[in-house]
Amino acid sequence: MARVSINVNGKPEAREIKPRTLLVEFLREHLGLTGTHVGCDTTQCGCCIVLLDGKAVNSCTMLAVQADGASVTTIEGLADGDRLHPMQAAFREHHALQCGFCTPGFIMSALELVAKKKNPTEADIRYGLLGNMCRCTGYENIIKAVKAGAEAMAKAG
Amino acid sequence: MDDFNYHEPRTLAEAAAAVQAARDGIFIAGGMSLIPALKHRRARPSDLVDLRLIDGLTGIRREADTLIVGAMTKHADVAGSDVVRNAIPDLARLVGEMADPSVRNRATLGGSIAHADPASDYPPALLALDATIVTHTRSVAAADFFTGPFTTALRKGEIVKAVDFPIPDNAAYVKFANVASRYAIVGVFVAKRAGRVRVAVTGAKAKVFRFDEMEAALEKSFTSEAIKEIAISPQGLTADIHGTPDYRAHLIGIMAQRAVASALAKSRPS
Repeated sequence: MARVSINVNGKPEAREIKPRTLLVEFLREHLGLTGTHVGCDTTQCGCCIVLLDGKAVNSCTMLAVQADGASVTTIEGLADGDRLHPMQAAFREHHALQCGFCTPGFIMSALELVAKKKNPTEADIRYGLLGNMCRCTGYENIIKAVKAGAEAMAKAG
Repeated sequence: MDDFNYHEPRTLAEAAAAVQAARDGIFIAGGMSLIPALKHRRARPSDLVDLRLIDGLTGIRREADTLIVGAMTKHADVAGSDVVRNAIPDLARLVGEMADPSVRNRATLGGSIAHADPASDYPPALLALDATIVTHTRSVAAADFFTGPFTTALRKGEIVKAVDFPIPDNAAYVKFANVASRYAIVGVFVAKRAGRVRVAVTGAKAKVFRFDEMEAALEKSFTSEAIKEIAISPQGLTADIHGTPDYRAHLIGIMAQRAVASALAKSRPS
């Protein structure tokens, strides 16, 4: 067993876990944060993406012990009570999801790309979302939503 | 995934000792290739030795005509580095086109070359640029480092510390990527330095290799026309679901010509 301490959505979480525990298993099974999804389990679909110290990473391809001492933000950490984060609101407004399975991963990737560049172009967005797949083929609206979300975030400061 | 013992050493000596003492120990850097292998039980190590807490393994700097990249430097940091962009622009571009952003946020130079996937993008860059792999015990020339598919000259418990890239006069990398994985079906890195030319090919054989005949032709005339008629024999080239040996032989010619044209377009003004 190994002891890990990870700050998840602003809250310190310490657990004794098996070293083979994936970060996504730690989030879903140990902390009950099931908003982060396992899609392909092979580092291709991006459904499991969370922010690790602000960087988008595949939580299915990382051991929880590798995140010891780090800060993780999941989809559950974005809304302020009932008020959606501007990026979440933009996804809803632009109908950027159908089944919604890939959405948490898309939103976390979008947040890193906006953090790197405040007003991303369509090309920046497509490049930044290369690691996310949507099998309902809703890419056009996802790109519109990220653009609108970025603008709303810039306005909100 | 099977259970394993997990180690978090803080020094190179402790890390090397941990792998040497283990029944079947392996280092983990970013883990972007190793963790999928663990999940599929293609790798079943008794001990996993994590290099993330060891100081001095990350960072990018230029010393005179050499670019030095620490082994634990992540792809995202190499791709985004102004030092790399100024020294070897196509190295930054090559790394920025590997996999996808979330993979590049974790994957490392050292992990990538130690894994030595025969379709990986870093190996042709190291080979064409005559890079030196600096480990915690010695220096190994790139030409001697990649010994086969997923095998290198690294000994048990040997840790890559950094890679030294001599800065070329001009260089370019062009790949024909698998659209899903973005690994190279064929990739060609061309570099010219002090009159010497290197042409390194990835994705086409069991390991990265140099194409001597094209190098000789390009040393006489560094133009894409000079290699137009030089064909590689399909014999010994990889056959898989992505392409036949004939198809790869054709791609090597095309990618090499494009790489030369691209290198010429960004030559340093003389």
